[in-house]
Amino acid sequence: MARRSIEPLLWSLFSAGGVVSAFFMPVLIFLFGIAFPLGLIEAPGFQSISELIKHPITRLVLMVVCIFPLFHWAHRFRFTLYDGLQIKHLNEVIAVVCYGGALFGTVLAGYLLWNIG
Amino acid sequence: MAETIVLEVARYRPEIEAEPAFENFEVPCRPDWVVLDALNYIKDAIDGTLSFRWSCRMGVCGSCGMMVNGEPKLTCATFLTDYLPGPIRIEPLSNFPIVRDLIIEMSDFMTKLQGVKPWIIRNEDLPVSQGEYRQSPEQLETYKQFSMCINCLLCYAACPVYGLDQHFVGPAALALAQRYNLDSRDEGEAQRLEILSEHEGIWGCTFVGECSVVCPKHVDPAGAIQQYKLKAVTEWFKSILLPRGGRD
Amino acid sequence: MKQPVTYTLYHPKWYRRPMSTYWWTKRWRYLRFILRELSSISVAWTVILLLLLINSMGDEAMYAGYLDWLQSPWLVVLNAFALVFLLFHTVTWFNLAPRAMAVRLRGKRLPDWAVAAPNFIAWAVLSAGVVWFVLKGV
Repeated sequence: MARRSIEPLLWSLFSAGGVVSAFFMPVLIFLFGIAFPLGLIEAPGFQSISELIKHPITRLVLMVVCIFPLFHWAHRFRFTLYDGLQIKHLNEVIAVVCYGGALFGTVLAGYLLWNIG
Repeated sequence: MAETIVLEVARYRPEIEAEPAFENFEVPCRPDWVVLDALNYIKDAIDGTLSFRWSCRMGVCGSCGMMVNGEPKLTCATFLTDYLPGPIRIEPLSNFPIVRDLIIEMSDFMTKLQGVKPWIIRNEDLPVSQGEYRQSPEQLETYKQFSMCINCLLCYAACPVYGLDQHFVGPAALALAQRYNLDSRDEGEAQRLEILSEHEGIWGCTFVGECSVVCPKHVDPAGAIQQYKLKAVTEWFKSILLPRGGRD
Repeated sequence: MKQPVTYTLYHPKWYRRPMSTYWWTKRWRYLRFILRELSSISVAWTVILLLLLINSMGDEAMYAGYLDWLQSPWLVVLNAFALVFLLFHTVTWFNLAPRAMAVRLRGKRLPDWAVAAPNFIAWAVLSAGVVWFVLKGV
């Protein structure tokens, strides 16, 4: 029995992204967006952070932390546009923009992580 | 304490009004009176043409659901004194067409309810001589919460997704589908999943959660729908990874 | 199940109430829902910040430029907003998770807090881990 609907895949990406975001995003934005700029904590030096980010495990983690949350955004934002603005008739355009954006981000993340330094 | 309270009741008589208008009625505000008592008082003593549905007066039949000050409520369980000094605004349930006054048209829900096959499906019915289908208290507990639904439609009135797109199957019907899926005597889960997961049925739900807040029977339809999604996802991956087998 | 919307055949004149585009302003819980959904913008924004960080790993000057850019006042304010939304996302996500996953132990469904609590603990541990690694390196 063919299950052609792609919604289960989209929803599982959304959920995975929700979990990853819930765990990692608050601390990341706190460090880089608030604590370092305001000098609450001293930002790590280039040597230390670039070693960290270049480590293969970190690259893998960063890949996960970038990809799934992007699809989480795409899914939620798509439905928020449907519900909040009642523009479900633009279904196709919205879906292409949202999931297309997430796909673009995925490729970009892969490219950047592959070519660090 | 005030002796009376004003009810602003939405009236819609197709032969008189082009669109609903409010009419004010002053009714006695007794401590033991619920909104439904006040409506019956209006019908008996003030205006006999007021139309509304009701039956059991004890939160079981699910026919007296209305919007009370904008919230979907069973009017038989909503006390006047909680709304003092008033006025109380009574409207028909949201998201449904209005037939007359406080009466909504619900056949859309009835069709959807039937669509999810809310009955026990067996691959093979056992003959009566073989006895009953037995069930342990633990097995009963897994679905009991979802079986408490009285089809009062408060959840549909609270659901913006249904209000925006009436193709959405909606909270109560999905919770009842889940009720039978979880029943140890039932074997129809695959059939129901087939119906519900293929199209936007369950996927339209964005977990606003308001259906579960307004449910007078604590059914938690929002939770049921998310559980259903999780199940559909599992089955979807199974069908991808194990193209044959994999499904019971 | 995309069914056609069906109603009885010969019907009197019904009145259909249109739904306002701004329905989500009508009730506090609806507004909270929309804000919860909009937290996804903060999620996407954080990914952009991360990608820029990765991009700045080219040399020391690029990294210094990145840190410098992060100090722009408007960005700090924006990130503070983003943090609030992200915390809102985390809390609502963990609190709603038990409803989507009915965990049963010996036939009894675990209470919601028992499913949510390990998530909050894991959140604290992982956050501490991230801080440690970012500050101390490998």
